[in-house]
Amino acid sequence: MQKINRKDFRAFTGYLKPYYKLAILAPLFMVLEVIMDLMQPKLLSRIVDHGIMMGNMDLIIKTGFMMIIVAVIGMIGGIGCTIFSTIASQNFGHDLRKDMFKRILDFSPADIDRFTPSSLITRLTNDINQVQQLVLMSLRLLVRGPLLCIGGIVMAFIINFELSLIILVLIPLLLFIFFKITKKSFHLFSIVQQKIDRLNLVVRENLSGIRLIRIFNRQEYEKQRFYEANRNLATSLLQAINVVIKIGPIVMLIINAGILSILWFGGKMYLAQRIEIGEIMAFISYLLIIMMSLVMVSNFFIFISRAGASIERINEIFKIKQRREDIHYKEIEIKGNVEFRNVFFDYEKDKNEPLLKNICFSVEQGETVGIIGKTGSGKTTLLNLIVGLYTPLKGEVLIDNVPVKEISPEILRKNTGYVSQNVFLFSGTIREIIAWGKPDASDEEIKQAAKIAMMYDFILSLPDGFDTYIGEKGINLSGGQRQRLTIAAAIIKKPKILIFDDCTSSVDLLTEKNIFSNLKKIEKCTTFIVTPRIFSIMDADKIIVIEDGTIAGIGTHQELLETCRYYREVVESQTGEKINA
Amino acid sequence: MLERRHGTFFGPGSGRHMVFSSEKPEKPLETLKVLLSYIGRYRLSIFIVLLCIVGTSALSIISPYLIGKAVDVYIMPKNLTGFGRFVAMMFTIYLFNSLLLYVQSFTMADISQNLGFQLRKEMFDSIHCLPLGFLDKKQIGDIMSRVVNDTDTICMTVGTSITQFISGVIMLIGTVSMMIFLSPVLTMFSFILIPLMALITKIISSRTRNYFFQQQTKLGQVNGIIQENITGWKIVKVFGKEKDELEKFEKTNSQLRDCGIMAQQFSGILPPMINFLNNISFAIIGGIGGALTIKKIITIGTIVSFINYVRQFTRPVNELANQYNMIQAAIASAERVFEITEAEKEKEQQHHIQIKDIKGKVEFKNVWFSYEKGKYVLKNINFSVEPGQTVAIVGPTGVGKTTLVNLMTRMYEIDKGQILIDGIDIKNIKKTDLRKIIKVVLQDTYLFAETIKENIRYGKLDATDQQIINACKIANAENFIQYLPEKYETVLIDGGQSLSQGQRQLLSIARTILAEPKILVLDEATSNIDTKTEKDIQQSMLKLMEGKTCFVIAHRLNTIKNADIIFVMNEGEIIEKGTHKQLMENKGFYYHLYTSQFGEIAISNG
Repeated sequence: MQKINRKDFRAFTGYLKPYYKLAILAPLFMVLEVIMDLMQPKLLSRIVDHGIMMGNMDLIIKTGFMMIIVAVIGMIGGIGCTIFSTIASQNFGHDLRKDMFKRILDFSPADIDRFTPSSLITRLTNDINQVQQLVLMSLRLLVRGPLLCIGGIVMAFIINFELSLIILVLIPLLLFIFFKITKKSFHLFSIVQQKIDRLNLVVRENLSGIRLIRIFNRQEYEKQRFYEANRNLATSLLQAINVVIKIGPIVMLIINAGILSILWFGGKMYLAQRIEIGEIMAFISYLLIIMMSLVMVSNFFIFISRAGASIERINEIFKIKQRREDIHYKEIEIKGNVEFRNVFFDYEKDKNEPLLKNICFSVEQGETVGIIGKTGSGKTTLLNLIVGLYTPLKGEVLIDNVPVKEISPEILRKNTGYVSQNVFLFSGTIREIIAWGKPDASDEEIKQAAKIAMMYDFILSLPDGFDTYIGEKGINLSGGQRQRLTIAAAIIKKPKILIFDDCTSSVDLLTEKNIFSNLKKIEKCTTFIVTPRIFSIMDADKIIVIEDGTIAGIGTHQELLETCRYYREVVESQTGEKINA
Repeated sequence: MLERRHGTFFGPGSGRHMVFSSEKPEKPLETLKVLLSYIGRYRLSIFIVLLCIVGTSALSIISPYLIGKAVDVYIMPKNLTGFGRFVAMMFTIYLFNSLLLYVQSFTMADISQNLGFQLRKEMFDSIHCLPLGFLDKKQIGDIMSRVVNDTDTICMTVGTSITQFISGVIMLIGTVSMMIFLSPVLTMFSFILIPLMALITKIISSRTRNYFFQQQTKLGQVNGIIQENITGWKIVKVFGKEKDELEKFEKTNSQLRDCGIMAQQFSGILPPMINFLNNISFAIIGGIGGALTIKKIITIGTIVSFINYVRQFTRPVNELANQYNMIQAAIASAERVFEITEAEKEKEQQHHIQIKDIKGKVEFKNVWFSYEKGKYVLKNINFSVEPGQTVAIVGPTGVGKTTLVNLMTRMYEIDKGQILIDGIDIKNIKKTDLRKIIKVVLQDTYLFAETIKENIRYGKLDATDQQIINACKIANAENFIQYLPEKYETVLIDGGQSLSQGQRQLLSIARTILAEPKILVLDEATSNIDTKTEKDIQQSMLKLMEGKTCFVIAHRLNTIKNADIIFVMNEGEIIEKGTHKQLMENKGFYYHLYTSQFGEIAISNG
């Protein structure tokens, strides 16, 4: 059984703190309801023993009215508790969800990979719901259950000490059964959550890769995969539930045995004139109240098991240290000089042979740099280091002589533009998409960016122009159009450092050439272009050739033709003619 | 000019549009009918459950009566002979009651989990039969929510609500009957408040139903936002958009909270009200029952029985109210589930022509196609390609190249015209057969969270390991696979993010090589591979393309130059056809496209 740390619990109650007023009021109103409920049997027994048995009509009527008043007060208590507990728990869930989302946005890619996206989704939705329910139930039942129970026991003792002993035997019996069964179910429910994760994963993959699945006719294969995940979930859920449903019948039996005991012993005592009829009736009522409240508490514990697993999973997210907590950032004005000093890097810390080895180069502001190299040689990784998504294992990446990791992320983001390989298309109007990088952009700036990205004419040709909605329910763009939109979104920031990670693959050469030449016309901007096409970077100020994680050559096109064999080979394969160095 | 590409969506915008723009469950009765039909599949089990319910209810109805009897016959008269036997009999009844209850719960849990399994399965199966147009309009996260969250709601509710509901109804009827039997007068007075309560319950539950539906909808939306942000985290980071995305999330999050508050408040008011009814009844029984007892119209035992009956009465009523709410929530979820399962599936032609020995001749005759009615993306496409020919399709971005090849595999259905393979209209060929002979290598590679070997095996499920390795050798993927720690057994993480774009492309090509199609489509398949590697593959690709009809969408000079025919597309039409030489001599669109890309060098090389 997974133990929930006291510390973890306390962290959770922290989310309830802002609503402490509600969290106190709810139970208080519940106390009101409970007290009223506890009075009823007593009042009823008074009617029987002092009213009916004595033939006192007056007392009967008076007590009857009292019972009505008590009932009204009780209702007010119940409704009040509902209102306050609901507001508190929903707000709790809301705040928790928000914080968790924030945390996850801050995750490093390694963290996201470790948890897997599907599991993160489950945690943010499913698991938080469970905990929210837990809070709601706590605010309602945590007071009601124990109070009813204790109150009932006290009242029972007051009526008749001897009969109360029956209750004292039954209670431990009941509690023993609850705890034994709950312990077992806790473990089982955490397995259920894992199965849900797996199911989420399979569904997600199928939905994202639906085209692929249809092309390869893999529906049956995928259905089999799903079948397994589905079957596993159903089985483990059934296992968990089956453990839990044993409680109901057993509890019922114990309660009923209790009633019979009271009748039996009560009857004997009435014979010996040691108890009144009304008192026997009241006793039965209190027994039921006590037992039912124990049931309530046990249900609550069952729920804790399911929620406890969720708490654990949520905590795992919060345990991830937030990065860059205590770094003192430098606020510099970025000009765009980039330098790599003996940089070694790999995504895994202890690799023998890291991905990037001893990268050294320096680029002056305003230069256009082409980066070329084999698939998997580390080009994208290099770019990731420039924008500070990762930090080198050894060596330094410097912008304007300041290590990237010391530059304030906000300034870095504002002044760098990154257009990546994986084109994610945003949904929104074209205007919104382009202005995504700079929300306060003017219409003129948006138009400018579109022009540079060679999208202006196309956008004007659309019926709604810049207000055309892209995405669901809107028009759909081709791959090349999406890439160009993404480029526009990066350009609009007028960044000092602009990075193109092979993002013109779907754009024809003519358009690409125009885009880059347009770029040169705007303000001095250090541009890094990763592309396999020699023609795109032939005119670059520098070309960096990467082979196997190291730099195989740096220079202009002409220089590399003379000095770098790999470069020569690439040029040959693209122009289809032999070059003699 | 418009082409559809399957990508993930997120970003700015005033929120997505859900398919349900209304806020109430639209057709609760219909949904309920469908739901019941699902449940009806477990007839035998339900019968057992019903038997148990009748049994437990009957026993529960007798119990207070017996208690009353115990008071009147044995205790009051102070005559305890035979009391022992009486008590023993009651205990046996209680024991039996508990057993029945266990069997009931056990069977019901089985039913509800099977139902959950069934619903999830049918949703998944439906996903694979639905037209792409339908799926394109939904968010992935929302559909995931339906498969997992909504079925869970239905399951849990069915597991408990049905039994509670039925046993509640039986208990109610039985209890009232017994009460009337014992004393009609007292019964009448006990139930004075019922009509008022019924009215209030009705008002409350209709509001509750709406709020629950809204809540589920919001949950789906939240799911969607989370899904997109987690998938596109890099872009969010690089653009520094964490704050904005958080705001967007916050908005929906708050709406979820507000819906939740309303839903739960309304549904939570009911129990205290029912409790109130309970207590009032006690007051009445005490008062009026007391008066009647004094007048010797009823006995004390009757009062005892009545107290117990009222307690037993309000419990089912309370639960009925609760269950009613839960059933509302379940119906809301069911509606979301059935929207997927009951949606119009892709139609398959009744008669299929079996295809054998496909040579690979492809013809398009007057083909017109639009994604949205009237906005034609492809106009009057006509061509004929002989088996074994290699066709290069070129043109500016967005003219319809990918759309064209999507139609060949019947990903979408054409509006007008015919597409023929070896003279057979592809509408008459079963889709699975069609897709066996045509394979498309997409620009967006898609890899699953399985081992590399299993990902490649996707091309041919019964391939041997050796065949897989061979395919990887041809695709030039073998090299980098050998460098991975687990080689072919390396498990790719969620979507293959651990490999570079180029490496993923190589795996995708290997997968297609394994599939051995007759018609091959390369949709800018090598666009993310550096030219040197591409050159290495080129040899094997040529071997692979031998004897097959190939359609290649590409921007690269080498690929285009060596094609048998080149189709030049612009604005949804094929405007030029011919070999490279012919088109250059033509000095038309192609000529301009070509020369502007490659400049002087190209022209001098001819």
